[in-house]
Amino acid sequence: MNTDDLINMLASGDTRPPPRRLAHLVAPVALGVLASFALMALFLGVRPNLLRELAMPAFWTKFVFTLALARIGWLATARLSSPGRRAGLVPVLLALPLVAIWSIAAVSLLTAAPGTRDALFWGQTWRVCPFLIAGLSIPVFIGILRAMRELAPTRLRLAGAAAGLTAGATAAAVYCLHCPEMGAPFVGFWYVLGMVAPAAVGALIGPRALRW
Amino acid sequence: MQRIHKGEDAAGETETRLRSLLLQGLAGDEAAYRQFLQATAAHLRAFLRRRLARWPDEVEDLVQESLLAIHNQRLTYDTQSPLTAWVYAIAKYKLIDWLRRHARREMLNDPFEDEHELFSTTDGDAREARRDLGKVLELLPEQQRAAIVHTKVDGWSVRETALALNISEASVKVAVHRGLKALAAKLRNES
Repeated sequence: MNTDDLINMLASGDTRPPPRRLAHLVAPVALGVLASFALMALFLGVRPNLLRELAMPAFWTKFVFTLALARIGWLATARLSSPGRRAGLVPVLLALPLVAIWSIAAVSLLTAAPGTRDALFWGQTWRVCPFLIAGLSIPVFIGILRAMRELAPTRLRLAGAAAGLTAGATAAAVYCLHCPEMGAPFVGFWYVLGMVAPAAVGALIGPRALRW
Repeated sequence: MQRIHKGEDAAGETETRLRSLLLQGLAGDEAAYRQFLQATAAHLRAFLRRRLARWPDEVEDLVQESLLAIHNQRLTYDTQSPLTAWVYAIAKYKLIDWLRRHARREMLNDPFEDEHELFSTTDGDAREARRDLGKVLELLPEQQRAAIVHTKVDGWSVRETALALNISEASVKVAVHRGLKALAAKLRNES
């Protein structure tokens, strides 16, 4: 077929774009988040004293940190899902929660009594925390990739990494409801590790998983 | 300096003109949409020809791939942002995608291709190429075959074909394009 024929074919009939199938974008992500929450509730369990912790600033520090990263990751993922959108301020926004948590961590380490610093960083669960976050991110990750395949990402490595980071941050927010740790230094390192892992996987599989 | 300004002005004018054509097209104006695709095709051709200097035969194929992608993804164009960036991102994506696939294919096939080619390309091929088209059509997936037969042999419109096959018009267009391409490749291989 020569190009003129193709153009005639494409320009015949209804040239208006088909309506956006929002359900195809929202449903997989929502299902992924639900599945992640269900996995947490079933296998790890919501903290029994969660209600009491809601009054503690330390809980809100980690919860808001993860939610902020998830929200900004979402923005980055949306931008990277359409061709030619500018990054704008997104990289700066992405750095803000990290700078904030590391500042809080630094202050808490500097003001802590000398013998308690180790505990602030290592906590009691550093061995499992990154793995659990990365594990909980899998259903969200699959949902986001599904939604992205409805769209047209053109920088596949970056798009995959953004999807992974968003999934990791969302999973970390879910994990907050189980996690017993309260130290900002712990969150600033082990949580971040658990989010970076799916981001790295995303960069690796992006070119294959998101090809269109 | 003068020339640079002139170049920028021309690019700005093209952006404005193409953008308004596309917006009219997205509002349902077929003629404007056709003009948009034609003008875009010319720009894509120049863009891709410069970058595919080693493979001039592939340029038109990639122009078509890009046009099809632009058409299928027209929903992802954010009407507030520059059209140039959107079209460029799609064309570059299709180019890189092709280069990647090509590199892989080259690695797998190239050592054998040359010697086969020596004895397979003679004038006698022309006779054999006139084989029964129906037989080759049989080799295509059902949807592509049906789309081609209805639109190209039976002379149905895209809409009629879509209704008959119970698929969207966009799918008919893609099926015809993909099918004809596959058909051409099959005929090349067979002869």
